Amino acid sequence: MKFHDAIVVGAGHNGLVAACYLAKAGLDVLVVEKNDWIGGAAVSRSLHPGFTYSNCSYVSSLLRPEIMRDLDLPRHGLQILPYEGGAVFTRDGGYLAMYRDHDANRREFARHSPRDAEAYDRYARDILRQCRFIRPLLMRTPPDPTSFKPRDLSELAFLGRKFFGLTETERYDMIRFWTMSISDFLDEYFEHPVIKAYLAVSAIIGTALGPMSPGSAYVLLHHYMGDVDGNVGAWGFARGGMGSITQALAKSLEAAGGKIRAGSGVARILVEKGRAVGVVLDNGDELRARRVISNLDLKRTFLTCVDEKDLPAPFVKQVRRFKTRGSSGKLNIALDGLPRFPALPDGSPCIKGDLHFTDSVERMERAYDDWKAGHFSADPFQDMMIPTLIDPTMAPPGKHFMSCFVQYAPPKIEGRDWGDADRDAFAETVIAQIEAHAPGFRNLILHMEVRTPRELEAEVGLTEGNIFQGELTFDQLLFNRPVPGASQYRSPVKDLWMCGSTTHPGGGVMGAPGRNAAAEILRDARKPLAMSDAYAVL
Amino acid sequence: MNDPRLHFNTPLKTTPFHPRIAAANRLNAWGPWGGYSTALVFDDEAMEHTAIRNQASLYDLSPMTKYRVAGPDAAAFLDRLTIRNVAKLAVGAVHYTAWCDDEGKVLDDGTLFRLAENDFRLCCQERHLPWLLDSAFGYDVTIDDETESVAALSLQGPCSFAVLKRAGLDAVAALKPFRMAEFAIGGIPVMISRTGFTGDLGYELWTAPDYALALWDRLFDAGSLHGLRPIGTNALNLARIEAGFIIANMDFVPADIAVRADRARSPFEIGLDWMIDFDKGHFNGRRALLAEKQAGSSRWALVGLDIDGNVAADHAIVYAGRTREVGVVTAAAWSPSVKRNIALAMIERPFHAEHSGDLWVEIYALRELQYQKLMMRARIVDRPFFSHSRRRATPPAEF
Repeated sequence: MKFHDAIVVGAGHNGLVAACYLAKAGLDVLVVEKNDWIGGAAVSRSLHPGFTYSNCSYVSSLLRPEIMRDLDLPRHGLQILPYEGGAVFTRDGGYLAMYRDHDANRREFARHSPRDAEAYDRYARDILRQCRFIRPLLMRTPPDPTSFKPRDLSELAFLGRKFFGLTETERYDMIRFWTMSISDFLDEYFEHPVIKAYLAVSAIIGTALGPMSPGSAYVLLHHYMGDVDGNVGAWGFARGGMGSITQALAKSLEAAGGKIRAGSGVARILVEKGRAVGVVLDNGDELRARRVISNLDLKRTFLTCVDEKDLPAPFVKQVRRFKTRGSSGKLNIALDGLPRFPALPDGSPCIKGDLHFTDSVERMERAYDDWKAGHFSADPFQDMMIPTLIDPTMAPPGKHFMSCFVQYAPPKIEGRDWGDADRDAFAETVIAQIEAHAPGFRNLILHMEVRTPRELEAEVGLTEGNIFQGELTFDQLLFNRPVPGASQYRSPVKDLWMCGSTTHPGGGVMGAPGRNAAAEILRDARKPLAMSDAYAVL
Repeated sequence: MNDPRLHFNTPLKTTPFHPRIAAANRLNAWGPWGGYSTALVFDDEAMEHTAIRNQASLYDLSPMTKYRVAGPDAAAFLDRLTIRNVAKLAVGAVHYTAWCDDEGKVLDDGTLFRLAENDFRLCCQERHLPWLLDSAFGYDVTIDDETESVAALSLQGPCSFAVLKRAGLDAVAALKPFRMAEFAIGGIPVMISRTGFTGDLGYELWTAPDYALALWDRLFDAGSLHGLRPIGTNALNLARIEAGFIIANMDFVPADIAVRADRARSPFEIGLDWMIDFDKGHFNGRRALLAEKQAGSSRWALVGLDIDGNVAADHAIVYAGRTREVGVVTAAAWSPSVKRNIALAMIERPFHAEHSGDLWVEIYALRELQYQKLMMRARIVDRPFFSHSRRRATPPAEF
């Protein structure tokens, strides 16, 4: 039987990133994937002739440029396209747009509130300050605050120096920012409800928090801390859909000598004498390896694939309590033509960006109230995009792919499993909302893929459909991610590692967890680290 | 085209003078300023600068941010907002001022016009509406952005009075520096202030946008015999360096948009401390500024430098004793008016004083694709680099 240096469980972007770095360091790496295709939640599939969907994740900003360079992803086909602006439609038939041009954006804000138009620079400055604090932490293993190892002490000192290097005001601001709600945070800068509604979006996407929940301001930062070619906070499309990120990673892996085996998932991670020694696939095949690296979320790894008897009881308790509350769903739609939004003037570029239909923070909070009650939102919030206005590869000319990210959708409907009728009713809330702003939209639909937390869990393997593989709340971040004592990509089982978004620095198509995990594995294996240091934040 | 939503088609707006400026802009050299498209050069930068010092020049000031502050508490509010004493500003007078955050760091500098007892115009480079509105808590004032509703021209140069006189405004002769009055040029109502950004004799003319083109035409009719020419931002920038004036976001970073907290500067650190009136009552930043003054804790000094040689030292590093980095040049030029290589520089204290005889500037002169590295001696000199008695003479000379 072939014996691998490493088996990576799951061919998502972080599993592939980890596999690439290990293979480049000379390890014999095999990635196993349950689906017939690879990519996890960074996937492009063709479900209707001529159309390609970004089936799960749909925009890119967080993918670290160091990883793109180290793994030569552009040479393997990756292209990130910045996109233009966006808009939120209002119930009175108007809209607020965002423009990439600073002056156009100021004038657009001024149409709604002259005061807010001039407050935006200060807001952007304060967010950028937070980004400058957090970005250097993304590519570092969090310190264990209880350890006296020199590395942990020096990393703790690094954190401390960063914090105490701030001015007094910045320290107040930072503690408040990391703990407050996005609604309270925006109230400090802005007065106009539509402006606040547009800006609050990044703070709720993917999380089971409402805009008025404490901790949601951090989620905003999580969506702002990336960049497109150094433009911090900017987002873009991956040409060909988000699957082209994982396709490029797969090619990079192949070039480095790694292998991928798709079509059969891991039924069990083999643990012998407290060590992970391999995996058993769903088809019964047994594969042996020096170490096993799980790209699955914490719960799926330890509650499904590992026998609980092989784990310390306190750890099992922590894993069971780990918050993976799904909150979102998605509609991927093939359109026969471009929908027309009468509110937008002809030639408006904002249709090429993210479009929203929720014009107040309070409406978002009400949508969240439905989630708390165990329903999908009757008046959902959506982040809607038409990537084919920029990317010509995803639909035939004149036709369009529309991606609708939708909140809120609970993991269960009033405690019971989602049924097909629930799914269809969920889709209808979304379509009705778009139709209300784009009459005739419904008639353009050629095909539609509807994904609730049920589909996300069944297909992608995300427990409860949580797109971040675990909530991005402060109690589950940094050295508490995924759980205290297991933040350095290691687990209580020797040679069983974690590399998914469930680990620091968390979700989004970032690759940093995979890269950081590979760094720890290679350090333990005493192999040279062939990776770039994090780019300096100047 | 009056649909306000369609602004995205013209991300850079044009000023009320644009039809004339576009026609005169032979080089088609444009640059953005405050969301407007403005001329950088019309046809010859050196000749445009020469017009400022030799004849008369006309510069379109319209993009400057302008706030109207009015109401029973307007003077009290502005006294609280700014570091200078507004009670000493007479109706019909203008003063140069600055305002700070509560930590005593400068948000902007600008000119304050007292149009009437309770009616002011504040002109500045950056935008501050939220700060102004928040600072007005408790004051009975209204604050409005009037940037778009006022068209403004700067008429500068030794012949600038002659131009106005030929346009029929003999009465401008009585206007002292930093004074303003209402006039009419051929039926065009225009407010004229004896102010400017060139350090020369000059006036600023303020009118409603509807009168802009007629005003421009009248001035050029009158100015043809006096060498009046339109000038772009490049020539003005050279003149303002000669005059030793500073600009927000060029010579200092406004405290409210400084991403790096240590970039904020107090008035003491950018040479504006002469404005501060600690005795006028409380104003924003007073406590911090008083503490800074008493402790002598200012960390920077903005100084004028006279640098050896003739290569402009834009953004060069300043050294004390050739080796220790102590600051940076924020603006620099070879000055045609004083025939010196001049610069404004932000220098760490106390080097500006203790090493004033031992400052050096490292200049990288790119000459036909090779760098010539120069280490040039720099001397701290008083600003303005250029001054002339005609600037203040009342009545002004005609050339």
